[in-house]
Amino acid sequence: MIKRGLVIVGGGPAGMAAAISAYENGVKDILLLERDQYLGGILNQCVHTGFGINYFKEILTGPEYAERFIEKVKNIPEIEVSLKSIVVSLLPDKTITFLKPGRLETIKAKAIIMATGCREKTREMVHIQGTRPSGIFSAGLAQKLINIEGLLPGKEIVVVGSGDIGLIMARRFTLEGAEVKAIIEIQKKTRGLLRNMVQCVEDFNIPVYFNHKISRIYGKDRVEKVSACKVDDNFNEIQGSLFEIKCDTILMSVGLIPENELIEMTGARIDGNKTSVPGIFMCGNCLKIYDLVDGVTEDSFLTGKLAADYIRVRHPSLQR
Amino acid sequence: MKTYDVAIIGAGVIGTSIARELSRYKLDIALIEKEVELAFGVSKSNSGIIHPGTQNPPGSLKGRLCVQGNTLIRKISKELGVDFKEVGELIVAFDEDDIKELLRLKKEAEVLGVPGLKIVDKKWLEKNEPNLNSAAVCGLYAPTAGIISPYRLVYDLAENAVRNGVKIFTNTKVININRADKYFEINTSSGLFRSRYLVNAAGLFADEISGMLGINDFKIKPRKGEEFILDKKKADLARHLIFPLPSKISKGVLIIKTADGNPMIGPTAEDIEDKEDLSTSDAGINRVLASARRLIPSINDKDIIAYFAGLRPASGDDFIIRHEETCPGFINVAGIQSPGLTASPAIAVLTANILKKNGLWLRKKIIFHAHRKKTVHLFEIQLSKTGSLIKKDHAYGDIVCRCEMISAKEISDAVRRGAKTMDGVKFRTRAQGGRCHGSFCTTRIMKILAEETQMPLIEITKRGKGSEIVKEDRVND
Repeated sequence: MIKRGLVIVGGGPAGMAAAISAYENGVKDILLLERDQYLGGILNQCVHTGFGINYFKEILTGPEYAERFIEKVKNIPEIEVSLKSIVVSLLPDKTITFLKPGRLETIKAKAIIMATGCREKTREMVHIQGTRPSGIFSAGLAQKLINIEGLLPGKEIVVVGSGDIGLIMARRFTLEGAEVKAIIEIQKKTRGLLRNMVQCVEDFNIPVYFNHKISRIYGKDRVEKVSACKVDDNFNEIQGSLFEIKCDTILMSVGLIPENELIEMTGARIDGNKTSVPGIFMCGNCLKIYDLVDGVTEDSFLTGKLAADYIRVRHPSLQR
Repeated sequence: MKTYDVAIIGAGVIGTSIARELSRYKLDIALIEKEVELAFGVSKSNSGIIHPGTQNPPGSLKGRLCVQGNTLIRKISKELGVDFKEVGELIVAFDEDDIKELLRLKKEAEVLGVPGLKIVDKKWLEKNEPNLNSAAVCGLYAPTAGIISPYRLVYDLAENAVRNGVKIFTNTKVININRADKYFEINTSSGLFRSRYLVNAAGLFADEISGMLGINDFKIKPRKGEEFILDKKKADLARHLIFPLPSKISKGVLIIKTADGNPMIGPTAEDIEDKEDLSTSDAGINRVLASARRLIPSINDKDIIAYFAGLRPASGDDFIIRHEETCPGFINVAGIQSPGLTASPAIAVLTANILKKNGLWLRKKIIFHAHRKKTVHLFEIQLSKTGSLIKKDHAYGDIVCRCEMISAKEISDAVRRGAKTMDGVKFRTRAQGGRCHGSFCTTRIMKILAEETQMPLIEITKRGKGSEIVKEDRVND
């Protein structure tokens, strides 16, 4: 079995910052595993601005923010990047197995940092009644379709939930000539950033319904309409408040969940940036959901240093 | 115009099983399906349970064919390379009345010839089904119950049938049928078909097809079932299929193990009118959760990653499988609800016998290709085996669906083997069927479909025309 120093799972903003930080704190053998075909993670599809205000004191787009880290990673020969590499098994003894086109590799790491990000909650997780036609997307998938693939998912949009991606996508669809008919939020106020409410919603006169929920999805092959209603403090329907909105597309923006299936595989408990398995660390959105990427970067720099400290004490030979 | 010996209407598990069974003989066979892909009707929402035969009265067609089918499916699954797992089933009793009912079921099932039945006590249950409600007092254990993927069974049956000469016509909706002098003339959305014999396996629409030939003595009443799929992480929730005692209209809400590894809870049973109403409801989920928790109290609704509804094509208490004397050559195979999947191979043999009895000459082919090469599913095999597969074909290491670990190779194979839609890919491979529900892999799968079929991206659909995924292509249009 191949032995490696520090293995970082995930090449988004968290994984890249952790790798740079571990290197700067003295680790000389770093393997960065990324399942996609490029580094940068979800930043690549975030073509809007607003990234880096805290960290760089500049306003950048997602790809610009990512690029600064990608450049840095590329210029550090001690960081080996392996793309299209998906980890399929992680054991408590820090044996890690990943697949990539052409090979399966199992390596034994001295330390591991999990930087696997998060995923969006789906329509299934919030239990919306009705049919299951084409035209229901997570806001992130819609973002990828428009910004990366150049495909417009739909023309009459209802956004469910007011998470940041949903708000940003409401603006994006409007700019693409689609009509955003409503943003339906079950809570009293937005779960997104205030600046997104202003810049993405108010500036474009998109109707927002707080204290409302979607009660049913209609349409056999494609979404045809939804019914919505006002809710009380327990999120139950207020009688007589039901109304319908014609639409061909529903975007789900109802929250993010850390992707922690690999950590669960080891049985390790999560304890801040550390876990109950010495030498396995966590950072970024797989640990907790951040509003801003700047926060992910700072958290991951800290974690990179923690991993470097761990290696320094246990495995001095891996120090530069 | 070509005259087929047999035309079969409906390519669900019943139609494809009959087609594959008849493909042993020197016959020209047409299998006609209105949907864009096979198994897109009743079969797509099947639970995948191979029943032992414990819940049908002796003397019923259901009971006899279920027990026969349970035996036949083992051979067929081996021949076709579809995984069948004999996980066994438990029917659970909570009080004295339940125990009486269990003993009655056991007796009935023994009359039908269901092997290996035994009453297991509380101690056995605690040891062998640790998550079961501790209020359970005993259970009826049926070792021959199993699970299979209902869609993969249909696709593999169809592939094998085609290899043995069957012609399949999808997107072909029957408009009307005329019993001409010697032939059936079947007028469809893709033209006229002519056949000497006609088998009606049209599921929910079997009454309408039968009505086209003037036989109106049965009605198909859709009975909706809502089912809820749990995360694969909960694969060990139950070790067996777990049943409550059956009610008059259904077997109740079950804990189902599936061939994909995800446990499933459900189904509800609700008689409805609309044959296309596949909606799910809050009432359904609440009912299923409450009933499922009576069996396994620890079930968490946060583990639900998907749900769907299916319609059972119910018609009276038993299957309707018969030659229609008033319309010689016409065979109805209707009302095939549970245990239809289990019974399907036996229904196919019975249908062949009915055809023979009514004058169809069944001459065995010299060469019948009984076997097909097993389809690779990485989630079913050991990692070391995956490693050697990747060496042979790099695309096995190119994972597209991260939640269920499905490779680009499996997806392109599924398309080459006939998947035309996103759902077709999902049913064959399970890609998009996991916890992210396709959020991460939809674009990649669309591209593989487009590349393999030469279809433009905007024509890629979820399940046929009208269900396109995107509205406009801003790059290529």
